Amino acid sequence: MEKTKINITDEIAIHISDMNKWFGNFHVLRDINLEVRRGERIVVCGPSGSGKSTLIRCINRLEEHQKGSIIVDGTELTTDLKNIDKIRSEVGMVFQHFNLFPHLTTLENCTLAPMWVRETPEKEATEIAMEMLEKVKIPEQAHKYPGQLSGGQQQRVAIARSLCMKPRIMLFDEVTSALDPEMIKEVLDTMIQLAEEGMTMICVTHEMGFARQVADRVIFMDDGQIVEQNEPEEFFKYPQSNRTKLFLSQILGH
Amino acid sequence: MTNIAFVRKKEIPPSAPPITEVGLIGWLRQNLFSSWLNAILTVLSVYFIVIMLWDFIPWAYGGHWNTKSLRECLDLDPDVACFSVLAARWKQLLFGLYPAEEYWRPTLTFIFLLLAIVPILFPKFFRFFWFSIIYPGLAVWLLWGGSFWSISIVYIGLTFGTLLFLSLIRRYLKNYMIAAILAFLFTAVFFLFISNPLVALLNVILPISLPFVESLKMGGFTLSLIVGVTGIVASFPIGILLALGRQSNLPVIKMICVGFIEFIRGVPLITLLFVASVLLNYFLPPGTNFDIVLRVVIMVTLFSAAYMAEVIRGGLAGLPLGQHEASASLGLTYWQSQRLIIMPQALKISIPGIVNTFIGLFKDTTLVSIISLRDPVGLASTIRADQKWNGIYWELYVAIGLMFFIFCWGMSQYSQYLERKLKTDK
Repeated sequence: MEKTKINITDEIAIHISDMNKWFGNFHVLRDINLEVRRGERIVVCGPSGSGKSTLIRCINRLEEHQKGSIIVDGTELTTDLKNIDKIRSEVGMVFQHFNLFPHLTTLENCTLAPMWVRETPEKEATEIAMEMLEKVKIPEQAHKYPGQLSGGQQQRVAIARSLCMKPRIMLFDEVTSALDPEMIKEVLDTMIQLAEEGMTMICVTHEMGFARQVADRVIFMDDGQIVEQNEPEEFFKYPQSNRTKLFLSQILGH
Repeated sequence: MTNIAFVRKKEIPPSAPPITEVGLIGWLRQNLFSSWLNAILTVLSVYFIVIMLWDFIPWAYGGHWNTKSLRECLDLDPDVACFSVLAARWKQLLFGLYPAEEYWRPTLTFIFLLLAIVPILFPKFFRFFWFSIIYPGLAVWLLWGGSFWSISIVYIGLTFGTLLFLSLIRRYLKNYMIAAILAFLFTAVFFLFISNPLVALLNVILPISLPFVESLKMGGFTLSLIVGVTGIVASFPIGILLALGRQSNLPVIKMICVGFIEFIRGVPLITLLFVASVLLNYFLPPGTNFDIVLRVVIMVTLFSAAYMAEVIRGGLAGLPLGQHEASASLGLTYWQSQRLIIMPQALKISIPGIVNTFIGLFKDTTLVSIISLRDPVGLASTIRADQKWNGIYWELYVAIGLMFFIFCWGMSQYSQYLERKLKTDK
């Protein structure tokens, strides 16, 4: 399948330079340098504990970095709460365990943030929410609670919830890892659809088929460092570093 | 070797379960006679219930209601209850020493209480919430009396402050802190300089007032409800704030909250009540009139707020970290996320514990009898001090117990209803 690359612009969406992070004494991210352009779709992979989740969680400040700088949409992440809230409302995030709000219906999950953060009127927020639920193909579940939905449906609601904030960047943190095999496809299809619409995306995932199909760039991380990055075809065909080769042989070998 | 290949050729349709598993027989089998031990326990329990009721029912059912004293009861039939004491003193058990010609006031306050809690308990009546807001002032005015305006002025002042705060935020400032400080200053000026002349003026123009009733006259269930309901209503928000404070990242706030909670939980309520009734006066300037009921209410509130905080903290700890992360990643601020995401769920998890604390608080109000306030238990002693009823115990305590049971059972039933209603997973 031919990928559309026309969406990628020269505009810098995320600029990370010499970023370091420690958990206590554990040096979890080391000298990370990464530039993401608007419209670019990036897949981050690597063994567990390599810091890939921590990296994307730093981008919306769910984790605080201790050294270096992260600039998202021209705003630098500092301790300034206003900047943090601004960036968080521009950057959508989808989690491994969905993290839907179980006490609210699907629709309320989607309208809550636009109404309180963007101060969108309820009617308009509902319209946007229904539009997004249609996009992820579950408008008929709008009035159910998350606990009544299947894992795949919940994850699609979580994607819709993020989209309702009209984010300019989407972060996906192993969004298919907690799903039963037959539900992975429906979530990936939603993500592919988003990618085709030109959303800037950073996906931590082990779905190499997805990486091949939509990614503009694959980044391999190990021990808190970016070990290798390349276009997906090259990355999978001709991995350079031994660690990448080992990793690929382990996840593709069976 | 057998052939392991198998293909189903005939579908098995679903059928009804055996008769011994459903209906009354099924229920009995499953719940009362599921094993030999269970069957023996069932029979024993039924036996004990029967022998208890065997004695209690004739005692209570045959009880006297119309005698003039305990002596008279015993002369008629010593083996049955002497409820005459209730017939003679029920007003006291309900109203304490409240002036008899003003009994309508606590009665009306109680009726209004029932109306005021409806919008809080049942969301579909939420449009009447304004009544729940004005109720506290109304109740204070009805119970204690005095000028209508000196209570209303509090509401006027607070409304003024709130409106000022909101308009400051809406129009001029985005900074909540400055808006809050300005609104607070103006409200303080209002209460310090404007409110008193205004009350005096209103009293002249339109005098509305009720005869004043002092706190020591409050008693019986009226007093239990004053202390209990105020304690419940006030301790809940304080408990939430303490629980949040205990989880705070700011060390000073955290230390204050932990210190407060641990101190209050480490001290018996009786001690706090003694402090309220005796010691507090030593610390206040001579001549200060700090109302005894108010002092007791404050102590009871603080006491149960500490417990409430721990119960709610349990609920907060039960929430997955992902909920915080999801609300943060959507750009909700700390307070928005607490209000819309975290607290609704934490409180829901904590409902049994919260109601437990409420019920405990309500029953603990009987401890005020120790500092010689006349709650129903205190009144029981007072009534026994009367020569006519000297030596009467069971009848009074059965009646008092029954009254408390009705309230506590009601709370427990409501909490179960609420838990069923808030269930969203199925």
